[in-house]
This record gives sequence, structure tokens and C-alpha cells, in this order.
Amino acid sequence: MLHERIANLAKLVEPDRVHRHVYTDADIFRLEMERIHERVWIYCGHDSQVPKPGDYYTVQIGRQPMLMVRGNDRKVRVLYNRCPHRGNMMCGDRQGNTGEFFRCSYHAWTFHHDGTLKNIPMMESGYEGTKLTRANPDCNMKSAARVESYRGFVFASLADDGPSLAEFLGTSKIAFDDMCDRAPMGEVEIVPNCFRVIQNSNWKIFLENQLDALHPSVTHQSTGRAALDVENEIKKKTGHAPLSYHMLSAFASVTIEKWDDFQTLNYPNGHCILTGYMGLRPQDPDTLVYEKSLVAAYGEKRKEEILSTNIHHVLIYPGLSVQSPLQQLRAVRPLGVDKTMTEIWHFRLKGAPEPIYRRALAYYNLVNSPATLVNADDLENFWKIHQGLSSDGGDWVNFQRHYGRDVENNGVVQTGPGMGTSEAPMRNQMKAWAKYMESGRGAD
Amino acid sequence: MTKRPPPPIGTALESAPQLRAGLPAKSSGITNEIRTQHAVEQFLYRQAELLDAKLWQQYVDLFADDGHYWMPAAPEQTTGEGTPSIFYEDKNLMRVRMKRVLHPDAWSQRPSWGTSHVVSNVVVESINAKNGDVTVHSRFHMLELRRDNTRHFAGSYLHDLMKTVDGYRVRMQRVDMVNAQAPYDYVLQVWV
Repeated sequence: MLHERIANLAKLVEPDRVHRHVYTDADIFRLEMERIHERVWIYCGHDSQVPKPGDYYTVQIGRQPMLMVRGNDRKVRVLYNRCPHRGNMMCGDRQGNTGEFFRCSYHAWTFHHDGTLKNIPMMESGYEGTKLTRANPDCNMKSAARVESYRGFVFASLADDGPSLAEFLGTSKIAFDDMCDRAPMGEVEIVPNCFRVIQNSNWKIFLENQLDALHPSVTHQSTGRAALDVENEIKKKTGHAPLSYHMLSAFASVTIEKWDDFQTLNYPNGHCILTGYMGLRPQDPDTLVYEKSLVAAYGEKRKEEILSTNIHHVLIYPGLSVQSPLQQLRAVRPLGVDKTMTEIWHFRLKGAPEPIYRRALAYYNLVNSPATLVNADDLENFWKIHQGLSSDGGDWVNFQRHYGRDVENNGVVQTGPGMGTSEAPMRNQMKAWAKYMESGRGAD
Repeated sequence: MTKRPPPPIGTALESAPQLRAGLPAKSSGITNEIRTQHAVEQFLYRQAELLDAKLWQQYVDLFADDGHYWMPAAPEQTTGEGTPSIFYEDKNLMRVRMKRVLHPDAWSQRPSWGTSHVVSNVVVESINAKNGDVTVHSRFHMLELRRDNTRHFAGSYLHDLMKTVDGYRVRMQRVDMVNAQAPYDYVLQVWV
């Protein structure tokens, strides 16, 4: 059965529809972990999460528990969180500082920050005449095959071969450029708080939702209406309402018809961009102070280029959703075929005035916190989608909206004018999925 | 959930004549403390009851005009200003939350759900001798059922209560859940 299904993978994905087993079959999930998540570049964390030597943060890549750690040489590495002796996990906490070296809690094997063996108690007498010598790499904590970072965002790949991070990201690196360029100092710093939310659904359901321009006014109508009511009352009383209300009321004021005016740009490897819709270029005094600091840093022309970058979401397939203008990101960690964790972070623009950070914070609290006024209804949909796809009531997931009308240019698929709600992002993600799954290799 | 008539809120012992009988006419210091303790406890119990009875408007009304409901993201936080929070809401944002939950298309809240709060370990931390305002620490345990899933949340409340002629009003309710930083299987949609 398994062989049959895997042999028929190609038949599960058609250009405009996908078989439900792609979302619900546990064997396919295991194969995805092997052929996608444990091969391609996966986001581990931001440089500023581990500022001091010995600082570590645990991260799951596919099914592998890993550690991101900063060494005495300031370098950030990604290691398997496992002692080579008897397999004990090295760090049981989610994060911390390991001191000068890692020390296993079982038999006190110690390792340098780069994972190489430091010491084994009574090594000479205990292992005389055995294959275990310092020169044997089996004595080291294993490293991720490849680690690279871009503008402070650290990625790892567990495959020796494959494209470089830059090649893998392609145009989607704009997520990090847009975020960092908005900082007068050209970089961002993580706010050390991670909200973790579990979705009882397959990981791909979340990714598809991220660039689904048709759902917001339907799914988030209740919050949009509620925020619009209160926003209008505040405006009536005081003349103007905080920007955070606009972030929420847009779900009601941007009606379903208007979503076709936006656009998605779909790139190789499944990455996609949804253009902006919230009109986040207010001209209040705080923004003007901020704009001045950008002019001082970059000059007028470049400032204008930076602030007119029109992005809402960038999806870096298969595991990262970035909202660069609001400095938020959600990393996707599949836990099982029907269980997915999102790790949600936000960042400070270095050198930007405090009120600009407060906007990112407001969005983080209202939209991305565990008391989210928005994502709750998505989570409900995700669960219902997964339940529905487990049913024999139909075999196919339909991605035909505006199919055949996309415009393709140099490998970039753009939705046509007035077709922003095209299901092009889902078609594009599944194209990448099929390529990874069939080749059994990472991206090319 | 059946809706019950709202209980009277923040009825301080002093303002409830039927309860005044039996107390000495001239109250000693101890009696005053007991009165405050009793009034504060009644307030906390009734506030929690409003959540369980889904009487959102009455819950919001218990907050002072400049009141805040705050659940910090981490226990070491001392303010909700400029730091991440799970909830950090003034009365206007609380009204957004209320209106959203009451909207017929609040999809996530359509499946049947309910909560039960138990509030205990009520300690009056300080009393302002001039105006009767109090700071109260307590502990809570909340069980929630949503569709077929039961979840538990527990932790402490710190109430900064303002004394008014209509009973206490919340200037700040700080909620520190012991499992605030655990992963959330689904999320929180109303105040805890």
C-alpha cells in the first residue's frame, strides 16, 4: 500500500487540484519530513536570540530536535540535540546558556560549542583498545550538514548537497531585506518572547491560508466588524483612533470583492508574496519622525523606495511566514500529520523611534498572541479542513480559482489584473511539493 | 449555557443593610478588615461568575474608565506598556473582544463552550485608608470545555480596585497564568 501510494505521488498533485491524502496520510507525512523538511533550508532562529557565547535555543527541524548555539568564536551553529554516547538529549530546556561547554547529564561527556568532544570521564582507561578515540567523529555532537544566515536570520539544511541559502530563497529574501531596511540601522533585533500555538491540522493547510486573499473578509468578519464599530465610536469622540484598530477593521472594510485588487507573486520552490493591503503609510507625527531617521540613514530616494515596498506577507516554503512591514514571523513546525506548531516572534527595528515599535507590538498582541482576535477563526477553519479532508465525501482539494489566467514571467507566476484571489499560491506550493517529493532531493 | 440573572456586583458589606445587622455599631479595626475582606471576596467571586455566565457587558462594566485587563507574556514583566502581552486591553479593546464574541460569525466560538472559575486564597495586600482602594492577590483555577476538549488554566490575579459608591471598579487586573508560556492548543478568546 505504502509503495503504491508513494509510486503514485505524481498522481496526487495535478496543476489545479490535489488529492486529500497529501494532507491526511501519515506515510506521506513521514516521507515529507524526509524529502522536504529534513533536506531544504529551514529557519532556525534569529542571531539576536543567542547573543552571548554559550547561549542556545532548541529548534525542531523536521523530526529532528536541534540546538542553535553561539560559540566563543561568536559563530552561530546548529547541532543535533543529542549526546553521541547513549543518545541522551543534551539540553532539556527550550533555551538557556550552556556555559563554557555542553555537559551531558547522564555520564558527563562534555563538548565544545561547535559540538566537538571536550572530555569523557576516565577516557584513557575506559576506552583503551576500543574504536573510541578523540579522532573518531562519532565522539562529537553531530552538526547540521549546512548552516547559513541572511541578515541575521539563521537557516539550516540537514542535507549535504543542494542549493545555497541564497539560491533557495531567491526573490523571497525580500522578506528579510524589507524588514531590516525599514530599520535606520539596517538590522532588526528579536524581542525575546515566543508565542507557541498548536494547530490540529496538517502543516500545508496553514501555509495555504497565509496567502489566501479570499478568506479574510469571510473568516475574520466578526473581528473586523467589532473593531470597525469601536474605531468609529472613538473617532467620533476624539477625532482619531489608534492604528491598531485599522489593523483589525480592515477585515471588514476590505470586502471580499476588493481582494481581487491585490496581487500574489509566486516564485520557484513554493515561495510567494502577497502585496500589501492595510495602507500602512500614515502621516502622523510619529511616522514623520521615523521617516526623518530613515532619510538621515539612507537619503530621501532610498527612504521612499523602502517605505513604498508593498508587501503584506512573504511565505518561504515550507516553513516560514513573514510579515515584514510589521516585523512579525511565524515558523511552522510540523508535529504530526494532523498537528502543527507555529512559533511566533516579532522584532524591533534598530534605530527606529519607540512608537514605531509599538505598532509591531500592537499587531503582535492583537493578532499573533494566544488571545488573538484574528487567528482563532483560522485555527477553527484549519481543524475543520483537516476533518473534512479525512472524509470519503470527496477526494480532491480544488485550486481552480483564476486557473489558466496567471501571467508567467521568467519563472515568476503573477496573478492577473483584478485576480488577486487567484489560487495561484496554492498551485505554486503544490508544484514545489511535488518536485521535492518526486526527486527525493532538496530544491534545485 | 443557561443565562442567569446577574448577581449584584461589588456590594460592600457597609452598603447592604440586610447584612449589617449583627455587626457592632462602632466597628473596631479588626471588624473593618473583615468587612473589606468580605467585600473584596464577594467582588472577585461575582466577577468570575460573570465570565462563567458569559455576561460580557457586565464584566466590562466592572472596569474603571481607565481600567486595564492585562495578562503578561512573562511573569517578570512589570508593565504592559512596550512589552509583549497575551492580553493588554483598555475598555475600548475589551469592547472589541466582546462584540467579536457576540457576532454570529465568530466561527471559533460557535461550537458549544463554557468555563468554570474557582477563585481562592484571597489576600488583601493593601488598603488605602483615605479612599478605601485596595490591592488584592488571589488564585484561580479555570476549566474550559470547548467542543469535546477540556483545558485547564490556573494562576494568580492581582486586582487594583477603586472604591466607588457603586462598589469596586477594576483599575488593573493582572493575570499571571502558571501555564501562560506553555504551547496553546487552540487559543484564548475571552478573559480568563
